[in-house]
Amino acid sequence: MGFKEFMGVITAPRTLAAYKLSFTTAFLSALINAVFGLIVAWVLVRYSFPGKRIVDALVDFPLALPTAVAGIALTELYTPTGWVGQYLGVLGIKAAFTPLGITIALTFIGLPFVVRTIQPVLEDMDPQIEEAAASLGANRWQTVSKIILPVIFPALLTGVTLAFARAIGEYGSVIFIAGNMPMKTEIVPLLIMTKLEQYDYTGATAIAIGMLVISFVLLATANFFQWLTSRNLGKA
Amino acid sequence: MGLREGALSIELKHVHKKFGDFKALDDVSLKIEDGELLALLGPSGSGKTTLLRVVAGLDPFDEGQVLFSGRDAENQKTHQRGVGFVFQHYALFRHMTVFDNIAFGLNVLPRKTRPSRDQIRAKVMELLNLVQLEWLADRFPWQLSGGQRQRIALARALAVRPQVLLLDEPFGSLDAQVRKELRAWLRRFHDEFHITTIFVTHDQEEALEVADRIVVMNKGKLIQVGTPEDVFHNPVNSFVLSFLGNVNFFHCRLEEGKAVIGESALEVPGLSVQRPQAAKLYVRPNQFKISRVFSPSALKAIVEYVNPAGTVVKINLKTESGQQILVEITQEELKNIKIKKHEKVYVSLKDVSYLEYVQDNP
Repeated sequence: MGFKEFMGVITAPRTLAAYKLSFTTAFLSALINAVFGLIVAWVLVRYSFPGKRIVDALVDFPLALPTAVAGIALTELYTPTGWVGQYLGVLGIKAAFTPLGITIALTFIGLPFVVRTIQPVLEDMDPQIEEAAASLGANRWQTVSKIILPVIFPALLTGVTLAFARAIGEYGSVIFIAGNMPMKTEIVPLLIMTKLEQYDYTGATAIAIGMLVISFVLLATANFFQWLTSRNLGKA
Repeated sequence: MGLREGALSIELKHVHKKFGDFKALDDVSLKIEDGELLALLGPSGSGKTTLLRVVAGLDPFDEGQVLFSGRDAENQKTHQRGVGFVFQHYALFRHMTVFDNIAFGLNVLPRKTRPSRDQIRAKVMELLNLVQLEWLADRFPWQLSGGQRQRIALARALAVRPQVLLLDEPFGSLDAQVRKELRAWLRRFHDEFHITTIFVTHDQEEALEVADRIVVMNKGKLIQVGTPEDVFHNPVNSFVLSFLGNVNFFHCRLEEGKAVIGESALEVPGLSVQRPQAAKLYVRPNQFKISRVFSPSALKAIVEYVNPAGTVVKINLKTESGQQILVEITQEELKNIKIKKHEKVYVSLKDVSYLEYVQDNP
């Protein structure tokens, strides 16, 4: 395969659609996890409530569950007749077999990465620094934006990057809920599988290389910012 | 340098605070005068830090009133009260330079009242100069020693021009040598600027050395409030007495103006003759007299240990009944009597710190 054919494969409309879908859903799910993961980690570190240990253990659940099981379960929940899907249907929202469904699945499997990377940093953070900021006249927003976020940001970025990386490569939990319609809900890993099943090994490899390059650039950028924001924090 | 604005008095009236069933503050009433340097002294769990946090407005309380210059401060936050708080573990912002840490209180001011960048810069450098650490402006907190962090935390609290400075165990986690230096520095700083200062400590020596007035606390109550001299020499009870330094205590019977311990009847200076009664006798290590000559009004004891290393000589004695006594004499006295380990001596009383009558059991 020459360069021309290679470019032809990775710029085919179906491939581009798959790239776009994979990276946007992975990115969106990582962003959602940044917010939810931060909230979950914060609650687990700062509050005590009955059943806290159980909730803490449940955070790892998506890691332990076989991804196919997660995919089938999520599909069941979000189909128009499912437990969650029927209420979304009332609101006119279709989750299963749409990019939204893919994002939901990716959010589910990515959450533990964000929670588990932020948790130790929050535990390590002395609650007295918030009191100190308040005693110096900072309001709540200033305390969060100037004191808390800068300290946890590198960890948050690491967690989000991990969740994003996992989401890009995710296969098992997505293919059931995605519907897998070419051009609409076909993710890159599935496209690669399809090519393989059609004995188009070079095509599959070309798409994989494209994926690899984009992922590498994104992760390297994230790592650079992680380094940039953490170099002033000193020894942990 | 104008660190201080206007006079301030703080008054607590019957303040109560509970954590569950635990009484952290039990009916605390206290008036803090403008410009004084006050120590809250007590063992851990005595409520001293809670009291400081209540004054700062960092912790709520259950009952009572906290007045700042006569006005109820319950709904005022820490900085609205004009309070600068220095936390026990400094609570410096680790992602900010020393400069930014100190400037924080000025940088978070609303734009209308915030000084210009140049003014902030000048103010921060002035404070760094005050704590003698100008050369650390661009460092990060984790690059500093404990004593340096402590002084930066102090400078940061001073940046917002507080009317009262509250310090929670300010020297608690420092080396002995650094503690001593900072202690002296705090005293000098206070003498220069007269900013009302309250600090919490469990170290009696620190309180006696630094403070104008000491509040001794135990189990959420104020036990005694007074000058260091007053608290040390006229303790209101045996708790204050034993908390403010080493003390020996004896069970005795008071008979005809003497304290009978075992077979000896010790003369107690200043004790009037009264009906026989059981009592507890508290004697500071320096209130004994040691002699080699027998006297019926002295306790017989064996020298267990003599430690002449120090400004005073510390001697451990053991009486016939097996009680340990700690005695301090001057180096000169040691030269005169030349006692050694295992020698027999006679101990009499020069003075007594405190006498506690015990109800006779029928």
